[in-house]
Amino acid sequence: MSYGETPSQTVGPYFAYGLTPVQYGYDFTDLANFVVAGPDAKGEHIRVMGQVFDGDGVLVSDAMIEIWQADEAGQYSSEPVSMDNAGFRGLGRCGTGTDADNRFVFHTVKPGVVADAAAPFINVTVFMRGMLTHAFTRLYFSDESDANGTCAVLQSVPADRRDTLIAARNDTPTGPEYRFDIYMQGDRETVFFDV
Amino acid sequence: MTGFKPRDWNSHAPYIAPGYKSTLLRGPTKPLVAIKPGLSEGTGPVFARAVVRDLDWDLTKNGCVNGAPIGERIVVHGRVMDGDGRPVPNTVIEVWQANASGRYVHKVDQHNAPLDPNFRGSGRCMSDENGNYVFYTIKPGAYPWGNHFNAWRPNHIHLSLFGPGFATRLVTQMYFPGDPLLDLDPIFLGTPDEDARNRLVAKFLIDKTEEGFALGYQFDIVLRGRFATPMED
Repeated sequence: MSYGETPSQTVGPYFAYGLTPVQYGYDFTDLANFVVAGPDAKGEHIRVMGQVFDGDGVLVSDAMIEIWQADEAGQYSSEPVSMDNAGFRGLGRCGTGTDADNRFVFHTVKPGVVADAAAPFINVTVFMRGMLTHAFTRLYFSDESDANGTCAVLQSVPADRRDTLIAARNDTPTGPEYRFDIYMQGDRETVFFDV
Repeated sequence: MTGFKPRDWNSHAPYIAPGYKSTLLRGPTKPLVAIKPGLSEGTGPVFARAVVRDLDWDLTKNGCVNGAPIGERIVVHGRVMDGDGRPVPNTVIEVWQANASGRYVHKVDQHNAPLDPNFRGSGRCMSDENGNYVFYTIKPGAYPWGNHFNAWRPNHIHLSLFGPGFATRLVTQMYFPGDPLLDLDPIFLGTPDEDARNRLVAKFLIDKTEEGFALGYQFDIVLRGRFATPMED
């Protein structure tokens, strides 16, 4: 017997007190937050941040971004995600509604290359009001251009759209930061994958 | 490891669903790029049972300040499974919803209906080893939204699940049988296939109804299945 998939539905505008309660100041616990790797995690500690734009170029203030990534050795965690873990967690979740510039910001470590890939990357999922189904994309790193050139997935993307997946590194006094803006539509529309 | 089957797009809405106006500027317009499933799609976060605290699965109690929430108590039972009917055990189900009068706790919701001081409207539960889950709540009210003249969302509960891998992530909404707003709702109707969208409607079950306490509903959730044999390179 086979069963049809349950359809996806939008996260809507009011997800915060269920999915990102601590970030938005509601009295409930978090399952995941902006900390993907705590201070005890091995590897190069980085920040990943960006903004989300709609088809008119307007900042989206009610998106939720999730990331799932490997650790600095290229291993996906099979340990339960815990808010008490000061090391590597692997999962991050952040809404764009609390930052003054409507950014999402994650504190993490730069991932290693996973066994079946050629370049390091972070899996990114985009949810928002106005999306009945979430969208999957990937964040690659601007300082990995040689590895990026050998990544089959990245090379399968039309050449003129590849740069939508590459986060630009900026070394700041408080550590390296990678900027990954997400364009839902338009000339710079981010590449989304049929995962 | 075995890979997950591709998303069945016949069961889902297109990114641009013109009746739901917000999709017009927010849904991707270019074709999705196919990806060969690998470790990144087949792995995903797991959670310990401890992330579900005592009252997290009982929304009739987890927001109480000085009394009980107003509204019709319900109990929602369901089974999380894959497309082959295999149970999906130990997966977290996050839920959030409006209160009985159709008002969300979210600070942005300005609908002129009362907040309930004893109802937050969010919680979570976890499927057991057989994929079964249960939570208690108050039946949410309908509320107006700005999509079109006299637009009202049908009663619904939001649910969010990870499933066994990154690829099985699902955010959905559970609706109630017999709601006259369903046939007018562009979000529900955004799923073009009638059989598919009807899977979003819970069943009322008298044998899940608790005598003198709460009406019982069943809402089974089907995530993508895995291929039966390991993926080959």
